[in-house]
Amino acid sequence: MSRYFRWLPIWRRHFLAWRKYWLSSLMFSTAEPLVYMVGLGYGLGQMLPELGGMTYIVFVASGSLAFSVQNGATFEGMYSAFARMFIQRTWDAIINAPMSITDVVLAEWIFAASKAVLACCTFIGALIVLGVSREWTLVWVVPVAFLVGLVFAGIALIMTAVAKGYEFFSYWFSLGVLPMAMVSGVFFPVEQLPFAVRLIGDLLPLKHGVELIRPLMRGFAPDNALLHVATLMVYAIGSFLIALALIKRRFKN
Amino acid sequence: MAVVLRFSDVKKSFGAGADRREVVCGLSFDVAAGQCFGFLGPNGAGKTTSLRMSLGQSTPDSGSIELLGYRIPAQARVARAKVGVVPQMDNLDPDFSVEENLIVYSRYFGISDRATRAKVPELLDFAGLRGREKANIRELSGGMKRRLTIARALVNDPDFIVLDEPTTGLDPQARHLIWDRLKALRSRGKTLLLTTHFMDEAERLCDTLAVIDHGSLIAQGSPRELIERTIESSVIEVYGDNVIGLKPRIDGLSSRTEVSGETLFCYTGDAKPVLAALDGIAGIRTLHRPANLEDVFIKLTGRELRD
Repeated sequence: MSRYFRWLPIWRRHFLAWRKYWLSSLMFSTAEPLVYMVGLGYGLGQMLPELGGMTYIVFVASGSLAFSVQNGATFEGMYSAFARMFIQRTWDAIINAPMSITDVVLAEWIFAASKAVLACCTFIGALIVLGVSREWTLVWVVPVAFLVGLVFAGIALIMTAVAKGYEFFSYWFSLGVLPMAMVSGVFFPVEQLPFAVRLIGDLLPLKHGVELIRPLMRGFAPDNALLHVATLMVYAIGSFLIALALIKRRFKN
Repeated sequence: MAVVLRFSDVKKSFGAGADRREVVCGLSFDVAAGQCFGFLGPNGAGKTTSLRMSLGQSTPDSGSIELLGYRIPAQARVARAKVGVVPQMDNLDPDFSVEENLIVYSRYFGISDRATRAKVPELLDFAGLRGREKANIRELSGGMKRRLTIARALVNDPDFIVLDEPTTGLDPQARHLIWDRLKALRSRGKTLLLTTHFMDEAERLCDTLAVIDHGSLIAQGSPRELIERTIESSVIEVYGDNVIGLKPRIDGLSSRTEVSGETLFCYTGDAKPVLAALDGIAGIRTLHRPANLEDVFIKLTGRELRD
């Protein structure tokens, strides 16, 4: 086993477990954002003019896609990883084999991002069926979803590292995930928001994902793509390293 | 004789500043190849911390650990490839079947699915789970789960097997079956290290026992040696009303008497005078028995509760 792929058997374990519950798992991470998109897009969209050259349904679809990618990684990195760490003691079993806690956390991180990609692909399938977008540039959304998935998986694993129970995770959803969506141009444009609020959005990772996904869904190359990708990479690697350090500390005692 | 696990003056403390407490205080012992080594001690004595350090999952503050010739924790990964672990808490994968549990766990050792599938019948035979390949973990009893956990610890054909309280929570039938399996492993030449709270289990299974308390080794030897060396040969237990009142009457006749709750314990090399003195006293019951490992353990670690 190459040292760079030690995480792979652990990833395959999570994948096998997912295969047993794939339908309910997929519903969880994709259904809600799809409902937002269809409900807001067709409901609210009727009353709204075009936004920056696109219909509201296209606007909210690209935002909802980014949101569902974030949800997929966040759920996996918090609830599922916590269950494996704390409830089922799966991590304890794995580190009794020739695996380290770094291998375990790396596998969790990559698996949660894989779930984000899966949510993305389901969502793209729905967009094609509904005829919201059929651009070939949708292909590029998939690697973007993986990168955005790594960002939110890393952040979710930080929450998992410090959590004492599941209740803790609702703080991140109420105080992190939802407010971030409000300042990141997910459901409405941010241009009319006060400067300070826009600045907060610029500093947070979700908006960079949205700014990459939205043009790709319309068939254009994104502006400032390199800046967005670099920001997401810093968030991804930074959050992973923090999560790893916190989890190592938790497992030392 | 070859040494499988060696602790040399190992120290470990947790916390910092005023909260700092030393849980392992200069522990040294050797586990010789082919033996069943028992690790005894009250809760909080440092057993689990020592086990985790031996596997490289916790780093000692000082001292050295050698496992199968590898330096721990530096070479823990290579060492663990040759070790089997049966943890205290069940951590089988509840979503998987019996066979899937073995296959998935084998992958962590780099063992191919094909090689594992070929080995599953033998492993399940050993665990008394033949025919249960497709069974879900949730359908298994506590004893079956524990046996499967032992089978899982054998997927890599380990030289050394660590078992942390392997029979806690099991009924007598299930315990006897586990003991039988552990004896079978020992006769195959495997080295076993087990922790337990059951003195009968330690007495039956272990060649060598190490009693640790407050992070230090307080006694070591075979079960027989420990009993002969530490304690009087006979014990008379007296139950009934006001057994405390009987203590002065017996004190001169037995070498030690202790009162615990409603029971009087007399430890003596010669039981006859004690039994004669108790004969005919109304309202009491007596039990005369040979001293056992539990008496040794209580003498060495005291009667107070440790939680």
